[in-house]
Amino acid sequence: MIRYLMQRLLFACLVLVSLSVFVFFLFFVAPGDPARVVAGDKATEAQLVQIRENLGLDRPIVVQYGSFVSKALHGDLGYSYRNQQPVLDLITRRIPATVSLVIGGVIVWLAIGIPIGVMSARNAGTRKDRLGQTFILIGLSFPTFVLGMLSLYCLYFLPRKAGFMLFPAGGYKPFLDNPLDWAWHLVLPWTTLALVTSAIYARLTRGQLLQVLGEDYIRTARAKGISERKVIYKHAMRATLTPLITQLGADIAFLLGGSIVIEQVYGLQGVGALAVQAVANQDRPIIIGVVMLGGLFIVIANIIVDLLYTLLDPRMR
Amino acid sequence: MPLIEAHNVTIRIPTEDGIIYAANSISFSVEAGEVFGIAGESGSGKSVLMQAITGLLPGAEISGEVLFEGRDLLKMSQQELQALRGSHIGMVFQDPLSSLHPYFTIGSQITEMIHAHSKVSAAEARAMTVDMLGKVGIENAESRFDDYPHQFSGGMRQRVMIAMALVLHPPLIIADEPTTALDVTVQMQIMELLDEMRKSFGTTIIMITHDLGLLANIADHAMVMYAGTRLEIGATRGMFSAPTHPYTLGLLKSSPSSETAQGTNLVPIEGNPPSLLDRPQGCIFAERCPDVQALCRSTYPPVQIYDDGAEALCHFVPGDKDMVLPARAASPDHASRPIVVDVQDVRLTFTAKSGFGKKRSIEVLKGIDLQIRKGETFGLVGESGCGKSTLARVIAGLIPATSGEVTLDSVPIHSVTGERWRQMRRHVQLVFQDPVGSLNPRRRVGAIIGDPFRIHNVAHGEEQKRQVQELMEMVGLNPEHYNRFPSEFSGGQRQRIGIARALAIKPSLIIFDEPVSALDVSIQAQILNLMHELQRDLNLTYLFISHDLSVVRHVCDKIAVMDAGQIVELNESDRLFADPQHPFTCKLLSAIKDPPPLAGNSDRRIINTRPASPNAVMMEAV
Amino acid sequence: MTNQTTHPKAPSADNGKISEQVVQRSSFELTMRRILKDPALLTAVVFIVLLTLFAVFAPLVAYWTGHDPNTQFRETGMSPFGLPVGPNHEFLLGADQLGRDVLVRLAYGARISLAVGVLAALASALIGITIGMISGFFGGWVDVVLGRIMDLVMSVPFLLCALALVSVFGPSLGLSIGVIVFFSWTTMGRVIRAETASLTKREFIEASRSLGAGPISILIRDILPNLSVPIIVYTTMMIPSSIVFEATLSFLGLGITPPTASWGGMLADAGANSVYLVAWWLVIFPGIALLTSTLAFNILGDGLRDALDPKGRRIKPRKKKSVLSGWLTSRKTPEGGPNQ
Repeated sequence: MIRYLMQRLLFACLVLVSLSVFVFFLFFVAPGDPARVVAGDKATEAQLVQIRENLGLDRPIVVQYGSFVSKALHGDLGYSYRNQQPVLDLITRRIPATVSLVIGGVIVWLAIGIPIGVMSARNAGTRKDRLGQTFILIGLSFPTFVLGMLSLYCLYFLPRKAGFMLFPAGGYKPFLDNPLDWAWHLVLPWTTLALVTSAIYARLTRGQLLQVLGEDYIRTARAKGISERKVIYKHAMRATLTPLITQLGADIAFLLGGSIVIEQVYGLQGVGALAVQAVANQDRPIIIGVVMLGGLFIVIANIIVDLLYTLLDPRMR
Repeated sequence: MPLIEAHNVTIRIPTEDGIIYAANSISFSVEAGEVFGIAGESGSGKSVLMQAITGLLPGAEISGEVLFEGRDLLKMSQQELQALRGSHIGMVFQDPLSSLHPYFTIGSQITEMIHAHSKVSAAEARAMTVDMLGKVGIENAESRFDDYPHQFSGGMRQRVMIAMALVLHPPLIIADEPTTALDVTVQMQIMELLDEMRKSFGTTIIMITHDLGLLANIADHAMVMYAGTRLEIGATRGMFSAPTHPYTLGLLKSSPSSETAQGTNLVPIEGNPPSLLDRPQGCIFAERCPDVQALCRSTYPPVQIYDDGAEALCHFVPGDKDMVLPARAASPDHASRPIVVDVQDVRLTFTAKSGFGKKRSIEVLKGIDLQIRKGETFGLVGESGCGKSTLARVIAGLIPATSGEVTLDSVPIHSVTGERWRQMRRHVQLVFQDPVGSLNPRRRVGAIIGDPFRIHNVAHGEEQKRQVQELMEMVGLNPEHYNRFPSEFSGGQRQRIGIARALAIKPSLIIFDEPVSALDVSIQAQILNLMHELQRDLNLTYLFISHDLSVVRHVCDKIAVMDAGQIVELNESDRLFADPQHPFTCKLLSAIKDPPPLAGNSDRRIINTRPASPNAVMMEAV
Repeated sequence: MTNQTTHPKAPSADNGKISEQVVQRSSFELTMRRILKDPALLTAVVFIVLLTLFAVFAPLVAYWTGHDPNTQFRETGMSPFGLPVGPNHEFLLGADQLGRDVLVRLAYGARISLAVGVLAALASALIGITIGMISGFFGGWVDVVLGRIMDLVMSVPFLLCALALVSVFGPSLGLSIGVIVFFSWTTMGRVIRAETASLTKREFIEASRSLGAGPISILIRDILPNLSVPIIVYTTMMIPSSIVFEATLSFLGLGITPPTASWGGMLADAGANSVYLVAWWLVIFPGIALLTSTLAFNILGDGLRDALDPKGRRIKPRKKKSVLSGWLTSRKTPEGGPNQ
């Protein structure tokens, strides 16, 4: 057990190291001069040399990487080329919006996806199942940004044109200022995120549940004379949980690293939007910071999922 | 008054391919306190029947009447059936591993059922459960209450299932192949437990099984099903000594037992069970019946009622001469023949890493010595996990031994490598247990049987095709089916394909690894006879691995009994059975349950015949 | 026993062993029968064919309307206030914010979407199949290393990395395909690895091995044909995800460089400055094109899976289990209890 955990931790470190090497060396081989980004177009050659020296860009790549790693381990991800603010601060400021989006999204998509999957599997082959499968197919096929733009058009613009404000166009209002306002601004992003993602969960639930319902121990449960509700929601769902948790862990981690598309469509100032802006500005420290943060979330989520696995499955203990 | 009484139960299951006629007008009745057996081969509908009447087969259309304690099960709502299941009808299933929920403790799985049917406190339910677990032979029941199924061995899990079925003292228990997935010696313990429980609680047991020997020994009454039809019903004593239906007789004549062992040939039932999608006009068994007449094919047979209560669905009465098995030529003495395989002190140790660099080693084979001579059949018996299949793979050269030596035709097989190893492959071939898994589903039969020719560059093109077709004919397959896929063949035919492939390059030794354990008895007999004929005609040498002592006794000249990686006893087949030396051999032998010998019974006569139930006739019209 | 139908009338005129024959429909015939019974699948196929024609004959569309995809018709395509005109005689699906014909750009965008979708899916499939088969068949350290590489690739925040890559090398079609392939092959790789590993344990592989067949022969003759169903299904399903992936990259300005038409790019243009709020056709038509295309491919993938591998529809037979197989399943887990 401990050995297993150690293995996972080791692998997590490997992921983070490869990721940092990847981004770092990517920017090293990249064309373009970061000093010019920092100094702006009007900088003189002397200024550029000075900036390179300040940023350590004149040192060998390995040395630069070493100092990046040692600083990063102390929580220092460097400074933005554009406004010289600490990258970590910039990212931290964006986290509330992203976290709000993800948490609400997760709740809504689980609330939609799992019941649809269960309904579909319980009524396999019937009209209800076909309905569920249609939902799954459409959800899987809907590109997030198309759905986002359509819902903005229908639920924000059309009502506004008719003279009333159903939902705001986007933007993020801090939870602590006004929880209601916070939620109202997030309703559209949440549903957009949830509708697309819930299809994946509905499909997963349906597939797993169908398989589990064919197991011998489900027949045993029925033979015991317990209610069908209990058979489905206790016996069958218990065995369906594991793959759902794996998927959930991966999805949450992935989105915490920046729900880029949704943030872009709804103008949410989250981590993903920060990354897109950084790319547009050629602001490399921020891109490196966001990528590393995204990797860290995924790695942590993987470890949590592995731990949950061993807790959920008595055979793994 | 019978505890359960079924009248004309007909089950149809609609599927994509059409309606499956899973049961046709089945009637039976079970007296309280008896063991009632339902026998039949796979696909006979025996499990479907019991699941359907207990409401566990929601997709099925059922008609007829099943009176249980005076109420009709088929008219009950799902809620009423649910209340009955567990409290009045307990069930035990075949595979105790997959039948228990892996994520819940065994205790909670049992108490859950108690709570579903009666208002008792958690402490009471726990006490009841612990008490019952103790009664079925779980030691330290109190502390094992919170263990998970995977912490129990197969036999113990089946005891847990039985405890679950019994804990509410239901008047009826349905046991669906409760011992099939278990080792022989464990099988016996489970059967004894069921019998003991029946005596102490007065429970009625309906036992579904394909094992006629088992049924003959424990059931009071039994019915034989075939393709969803009840062919015979009656007291087991009469049924197994003098069957009234040719199918029952055929089953008994194709099962190897102590009676059939000495110098007799098995009599297989030719052909395969019919499709359940289609109802023939006449007798359902007509296609495979050895005594078939024109009448059988055209007219649905009547029910013949015998004076001892037995009933058979047949036009005719089997004669006493049918009860005799044909004699087999005595096997010649092998002692002076050359040795094909010589295994000397073979040991095999698997090492598995565990913990930080710590190595755990498991000794699978602990010093095996044996010789197999030309033309003989050498049997290797043992329970699961004794290492018999591993030994076979070592002899086949697929797994290298840790120490010791295997020589095949005087060549030590483990010293050769590369091209020589490939050449060695021509000397030993395997036939596998699973007729589905051992043939590549995506390749044509011609290519599968022709593989040895291709790999060893023996024959190509037309020549290869000719030789493959010759082989197909030799093993009783239609050579015109050269271009078919394995899925188009039945289980028995697939095993013939496997044998043809093994024969192709004329190996010195053929290893049969449980070749018939996945087959029904009637098909099993066909394959065993084919093996015998081929050996006689081609002077082949066999290594035959099986867990089934009856089969081994029937086919082998010499038998080695394996236990925990060692050969505990090795002797001539007859002598081993007549005079076992090792306690483990004795234990295995005592676990064999043979049906009583076929005797014929001229005292029985038909007292009445009545036309088969109108329901069946109506179904013809549908 | 099998999932194949036994023919309703099993003739057995000739006696003896030959009459054992169970006549069955060929699997191809069965598959075709299932496909023809599935109207959604047929519709999807027809749609995909039409879409392909639309893409292939995009120049014809341009010729017929007289509008080049990248030419800006500021006179006819825009209102005096500088807003794009809606669908009319000249611009069947309207004009965009620069006065270009939406219909013509859709046709050219279809070329990009289909090309990226199909190419990326094929390339990822090829990599995934190769690595998955090697990993699953050889096992041991090969499997550990390849498996870890797959885990590694899957632990990468791919959209962020795509952002980083594009910011360095600048957007291009080749880079888009490369990024999509790099992050999609693991799906196929994992499926094929698992399938290969389970096939390798089957007895027919052991049979081939015991006959003396080499690993390459076993991989190609024995294993590959048995992987055809997952390969077909997953490759089909990777097409829509590649299309969406490409559109997303373009939407974020990281895909195809303007002014080349692509569906994602058109939607991005529509989203910029919220032009689409006053010109709905800018989001509706490319959006519908994208949605229906991915939907069609998803239906195709789903339908093919059902037709080729109708597991969900099978009536589960209860097979008699041998003692051996019962033991094998029970020994997968460590045994704690007292033995028999």
